[in-house]
Amino acid sequence: MAAAIEFRNVARNYGEVRAVDGVSLSIAQGEFFAMLGPSGSGKTTCLRLIAGFEAPDGGSILLDGQDVTDRAPYERDVNTVFQDYALFPHMTVLQNVAYGLRVRKVPRDEQRRRALEMLELVKLSALGDRRPSQLSGGQRQRVSLARALINHPRVLLLDEPLGALDLKLREEMQIELKNLQRRLGITFVFVTHDQGEALSMADRVAVFNQGKIEQLDTPRALYTQPITTFVARFVGGANVIEGELAQRLRGSPQPFAVRAENVRLRKMDDTVSGQPESQCTRCPGTVMDVQYHGATTRCQVRLDSGELVSAASTDADVAILPAGAAVMVEWPHAAAVTLR
Amino acid sequence: MRSDRSRRVHAWNKPSLGARIAAYTGLAFMHVPVLVILLYAFTTDDRTYAFPPPGLTLRWFEAAFARSDIWTALRLSLSVAALATVSSLILGSLTALAMSRAKFRGKESIAFLLILPIALPGIVTGIALLTAIKSVAIDPGFWTIVAGHTTFCVVIVYNNVVARLRRLPRSWIEASMDLGADGWQTFRFIVLPQMATALLAGGMLAFALSFDEIIVTLFTAGHERTLPIWFFNELFRPRERPITNVVAVIVMVVTFIPILLAYYLTRAGDDGG
Amino acid sequence: MTAAVASNAAGVFRRAATFLYRRPNVYLALLLIPPLLWFGTVYLGSLFALLANSFYAIDEFTAKIVYQPTLATFKQVVTQPAHIDIILRTLVMAVAVTIACAIIALPIANYMVRYASPRRKALFYVGVMLPMWMSYLVKVYAWRLILAKQGILSWILESCGLQGVLDAVLGIPAIGGPSLSSSYIGMFIVFVYMWLPYMILPLAAALERVPESLLQASADLGARPRQTFWNVVLPLVVPGLAAGSVFTFSLTLGDYIIPSVVGAPGYFIGMMVYQQQGTAGNIPLAAAFSVVPIVLIMIYLQLAKRAGAFDAL
Repeated sequence: MAAAIEFRNVARNYGEVRAVDGVSLSIAQGEFFAMLGPSGSGKTTCLRLIAGFEAPDGGSILLDGQDVTDRAPYERDVNTVFQDYALFPHMTVLQNVAYGLRVRKVPRDEQRRRALEMLELVKLSALGDRRPSQLSGGQRQRVSLARALINHPRVLLLDEPLGALDLKLREEMQIELKNLQRRLGITFVFVTHDQGEALSMADRVAVFNQGKIEQLDTPRALYTQPITTFVARFVGGANVIEGELAQRLRGSPQPFAVRAENVRLRKMDDTVSGQPESQCTRCPGTVMDVQYHGATTRCQVRLDSGELVSAASTDADVAILPAGAAVMVEWPHAAAVTLR
Repeated sequence: MRSDRSRRVHAWNKPSLGARIAAYTGLAFMHVPVLVILLYAFTTDDRTYAFPPPGLTLRWFEAAFARSDIWTALRLSLSVAALATVSSLILGSLTALAMSRAKFRGKESIAFLLILPIALPGIVTGIALLTAIKSVAIDPGFWTIVAGHTTFCVVIVYNNVVARLRRLPRSWIEASMDLGADGWQTFRFIVLPQMATALLAGGMLAFALSFDEIIVTLFTAGHERTLPIWFFNELFRPRERPITNVVAVIVMVVTFIPILLAYYLTRAGDDGG
Repeated sequence: MTAAVASNAAGVFRRAATFLYRRPNVYLALLLIPPLLWFGTVYLGSLFALLANSFYAIDEFTAKIVYQPTLATFKQVVTQPAHIDIILRTLVMAVAVTIACAIIALPIANYMVRYASPRRKALFYVGVMLPMWMSYLVKVYAWRLILAKQGILSWILESCGLQGVLDAVLGIPAIGGPSLSSSYIGMFIVFVYMWLPYMILPLAAALERVPESLLQASADLGARPRQTFWNVVLPLVVPGLAAGSVFTFSLTLGDYIIPSVVGAPGYFIGMMVYQQQGTAGNIPLAAAFSVVPIVLIMIYLQLAKRAGAFDAL
């Protein structure tokens, strides 16, 4: 079966800037796909290229195996949920949702029936006659979702859909979106800068940086097996050791990553040793900052060699460590992931 | 006692009585002439400008409406204004649609070009148009009047429409196209409804401007007489002055009301969006 | 229309739409061609014709235009004493009106911006804009009624016993006259009235931009309101004054209606232009005369720009 979306060496420039720099990817049918990265990394541009709001300067874009590079947005079987929702203020909620049918000249009563169905799907059936200005942020988001789904597109694009919502609403919507996607079975592609969101919702994530994809993998693989230093830092904020220290600790300057939760701190006078020397790397350092996060406690430790390292622990002992305490930082060899 | 927050007048900043008198007198001064005209339209006196008016009557209104030359002039002014409004709506909207979207070379020059007819004194526009008319050996008349009016009404429409279009988020247009509407449909369903108040306001301002126009029209009218031209000619003839007053009231009302409506439309647009 | 034909028509439209979507330059060109064509031919063409004609001259004997480039007409305009009179007269009036407008507008605008409560301020703004929206000709006519020999103004002055003042004022040589409505003083009053809103609005905008904190600082350092006004506010609103003066200056310079209606016998530039193209049929002279205000306004715009007018607009 053809991939839902395929990018073949797509490039998009704005003057000198290479917003999308030779990106190739393939998104499978029915996948919940996330494009993650900092602002300016090219992820939003890629989304707009899929939708057709911009045309690539090089390469080709295929939907369902067909080359759509030259097609206008209204000729693609793709619909978008915009970051600002883009609801039309001079139409009611029902008219907004039915818009996709209206432009296809579907008869009036069928428009109404199908629009009401969609509103049911997003649990807003009672609000059909309101204007967008009378709705809350979360309600507007659902309306824009319903509006985008009315034509049963093969692919739904979501541009930072949860950014404007408060934390609780965001978490609710994350679950709802996931359920919706599973029910409808269509391909979802969503753009976000929030790595927690990407990891929890997506089947696969593409991590963007400066117009290129650094790594495209399942959330678990991204987290446990980052390939580059950027991915290691951006996804989960791992400790990245490189250069001199790496040379000293492992005999090669190749950078490597260690997740904070794999880093343990021991008091200098702690005689109860954990793992045998041969299976651990150890470094002395000083505690700089301790942050209590409820379930975990995070410590910032400055190693004697100068680097800053994070340790996350559920251990109650760690919480007592005062700033300035001398500690021994250690992690098992197996926890170190070699990076490019 | 109103809360001090609503006033920017503090003890150290109180206006002197003189300042207050000066301000309100100035404001009143600006409205005196209009009130005068309204008063004189009803005077019973028919020869001089005597004040106070000896009595009040409506008979001049009757007399004015019986005059066929007034009706002819009025009809001409209305048709010129209607045509000038329509053509400036079209040209102004086209320009606004182009200028609100893209960045391109020459954008500033076009904006400058549009404003030139209003920036240069009316006498210059008038004599320029007349020179051109004579050079191509046309007879000045109805169509030359309309042409002149259109030229400076375009910028009025343009200003209104472009301001509205600039506030239209690009994402609305993209959303419409995303949902399956091509350019024409998007224009019909999304852009045009949003433009509507601006078109209305711009059109009414253009209408008022055209109806009231005298400076350029005197050059381009040839033998035709719009209502302002009729009025201007009557200024030098003392007979039947009260009828002139009535026409003044008519002109005032016909031009003032559209402008007032346009003002409220623009204000409402700003709040409602 | 059969379904097939209808869908074909729709197909053509859609193909056209996609074509224009993918070629934004063509779309832009299509939008701009009609207005630019209009402005190019009708307006710029007229200006060009005007300029061209100012370089022609009229043959004194045949009274026909001689289509040969010459500076003779321009020479006529700037050398004949009668013409110089006209230009100077117009210029002096324009400057006088500008100064008077500035002086009158300042207290009104200052009060409106600084001291009026929000509701009063809205009232002021509408009150200032209302006369602007009134018909130009009607306003001029109204003033003629007011200034006439037995009009409102003389009635007011008579009832106040100030008849003597009026006669004295009218007796002033050069600017006086038989009545206010046929003297330069009367004309001056009308000009000031007509352009006052054009001075008030930019001035008010400039005053709005003076931060409240500056006024507070000045008061804090011991200045009384009048001192604050002269030393702090006034220098800061010079751009607003300059912007407003551009309107009053150029509007007065080019006007021919007001001098004709409320006028002394002396000619103004605008009247000259109107008359020369009309009865005299001397289009080159009219054209050359109309170049004068253009040049003067260009010079004034440069000065105003220097004073910051364009930042204020």
